[in-house]
Amino acid sequence: MSSVVDCHGVSFAYGEQPAVSDVSLTVEQGDFLGLIGPNGSGKTTLLHLMLGLLSPDEGSIELFGQPVDDIDQGNRIGYVSQQATSRGGTMPVTVRECVRMGRFAHAGHARLSADDEAIAEEALETVGITDLAEQRVNELSGGQRQRAYIARALASEADLLALDEPTVGVDAESRDAFYQLLESLNNDGIAIILIEHDIGVVTDRADRIACINTELYHHGDTESFVESDALSEAYGATGTVVHHHH
Amino acid sequence: MSGTETPTDSDSDSDLASASGDDSPSTAQSVSREEETRRDYRARSLRRRVELTGIALVGAVTVLLIGFLFIDWLRHYPLADLHPSLESAYTVTGIGPGAQLLFEQVLIVGMWMDYVLGSNLFQYAFVWRQITTGILVGIVAPLVGTYLVHRQMALIGETLAHTAFAGIAVGILFSGLTGWDGSLLLVALVVSVLGALAVQWLTEHTSTYGDVPIAIMLTGSFAVGTLLISWSRGFVAIAVEIEGFLFGSLGVVTAGGARLMAVLTVAVVVVVAVTYKQLLFITFDEQAARVAQLDVTRYNTLLVVMTAVVVVGAMQVLGVILVAGMLVIPVAAASQVAQSFRETLYLSILFGELSIIAGFAFAFSQGLPAGGSIIVAAIGIYLLAVLVSDRPGAAISMH
Repeated sequence: MSSVVDCHGVSFAYGEQPAVSDVSLTVEQGDFLGLIGPNGSGKTTLLHLMLGLLSPDEGSIELFGQPVDDIDQGNRIGYVSQQATSRGGTMPVTVRECVRMGRFAHAGHARLSADDEAIAEEALETVGITDLAEQRVNELSGGQRQRAYIARALASEADLLALDEPTVGVDAESRDAFYQLLESLNNDGIAIILIEHDIGVVTDRADRIACINTELYHHGDTESFVESDALSEAYGATGTVVHHHH
Repeated sequence: MSGTETPTDSDSDSDLASASGDDSPSTAQSVSREEETRRDYRARSLRRRVELTGIALVGAVTVLLIGFLFIDWLRHYPLADLHPSLESAYTVTGIGPGAQLLFEQVLIVGMWMDYVLGSNLFQYAFVWRQITTGILVGIVAPLVGTYLVHRQMALIGETLAHTAFAGIAVGILFSGLTGWDGSLLLVALVVSVLGALAVQWLTEHTSTYGDVPIAIMLTGSFAVGTLLISWSRGFVAIAVEIEGFLFGSLGVVTAGGARLMAVLTVAVVVVVAVTYKQLLFITFDEQAARVAQLDVTRYNTLLVVMTAVVVVGAMQVLGVILVAGMLVIPVAAASQVAQSFRETLYLSILFGELSIIAGFAFAFSQGLPAGGSIIVAAIGIYLLAVLVSDRPGAAISMH
């Protein structure tokens, strides 16, 4: 079976400034990978490279066994970006309209079929926001909104969920519920890549960890990460070591 | 996906009871809530019905008006001079005389309308052409504008209108130099579409939809336009009313201009209907759309080109300076009160049509320019929408 993501010696620079340097890692089916690193360490850049939003200067990336720049299976990836990048904060779009977008890649220019509609409804139910379906996305709380985006990803029947700090600005209780949801989706076999600044959350939930600060400091299971010095090495480079006790 | 242990909605800041929740504290409360939900649903479905009726009405009126333009065209035996057999075909089949007869019937209906309303308008074909063009602008401008406004590209309409103005100038110069007597609007259309592609290219090579490429394009094309017009004055004899294009004048609407608008309207409505989902997705979340392998650049280009097309059509009625208002104001009003994106589209068109009709009525009755009247009417509707809606924050994102 091919891996979900396969990065090989990937480097990327913004102008002269290297953001990601010689990173190789793989994400297998059913993995829950936590991607951590200090601010400005290239986490988001690496995720964007993996999803084909950026092209690497060096190295190669495969998604589902295909080179990422000519992948034709966009519907297999669900992407939830940092809240600020989507217009959900202002645009008049209902939760249901947002979730139906998950079916757009399947339907092409045709109308959504009854099957598509059913899958979207099921996704609403899975994340527990059916009762909010007719609300405008910008009238939801932060936690509810992120659920709507997860539902959109589920509606696309994604095999890979990529989340970039999905709980920024979400209160603690909703955040716990959100991560429980992710865990149960992961148990169903969906691979997850999660960028999260709260290292405690990542070590609690993820089964594998990639710690980067331009270079890859650690890639392996969570226990070996906790025992290693990767954290202080990566964060030490910028002098902002964060300790968490959970 | 099913069968997951879904955590129940535990968002602490949610004040909406879970619909499936069977743990309500008291039955009385749940009954009243149910009642509320039902009332809410009824109000919503009534509203939806009113909106759909409005849209159906606009559609029916549009079909009739385009039909009028069509018979107006047919009665002149179009393309008959290409081949003599075509001309006789019109006569033999009765299409030509039939169109003439129908055309006259419309004007007779217009006379009756004038008689009833005490006006002196509807008996004239040129008034019908103007009304038709206005109604068509009221559909396509808010339709395309809905995507533009929410992509924070509201001012691109203004820019492309100025590009179209440069196009008019090119057309004047070209006809002056070669004696060509084709439609200036057609030239404006070509130049405006080229301008749209140029803006798109600049935008892509300067990272975001900043306002810098837009400002450069806006002033640049207006500068070229004024230079060309001043220069051509020396040797072009044709008197073209530049002011008409600048400020909008119903006198600018020719039969050809109205027909062009009809063709453009049909094209834009069909394209938006086919790409509704894709345009919505890239507007709402461009990055996620990219990840879903939508060709974002292609749809962006499509949107900008459609804007150019709409702007050239709308310029006849509204003028270069005011054309952007029709792309933006009805959408802003609709975004205040709409619940969903689809409703925003419907309401934008309805508000657009209301502005056009109110603006025309005011302009005709007071003998004032239509463009300004339409925009003032649209702003009136917008202010009403702000007052009526209980949304305190801006419904449209601003930076």
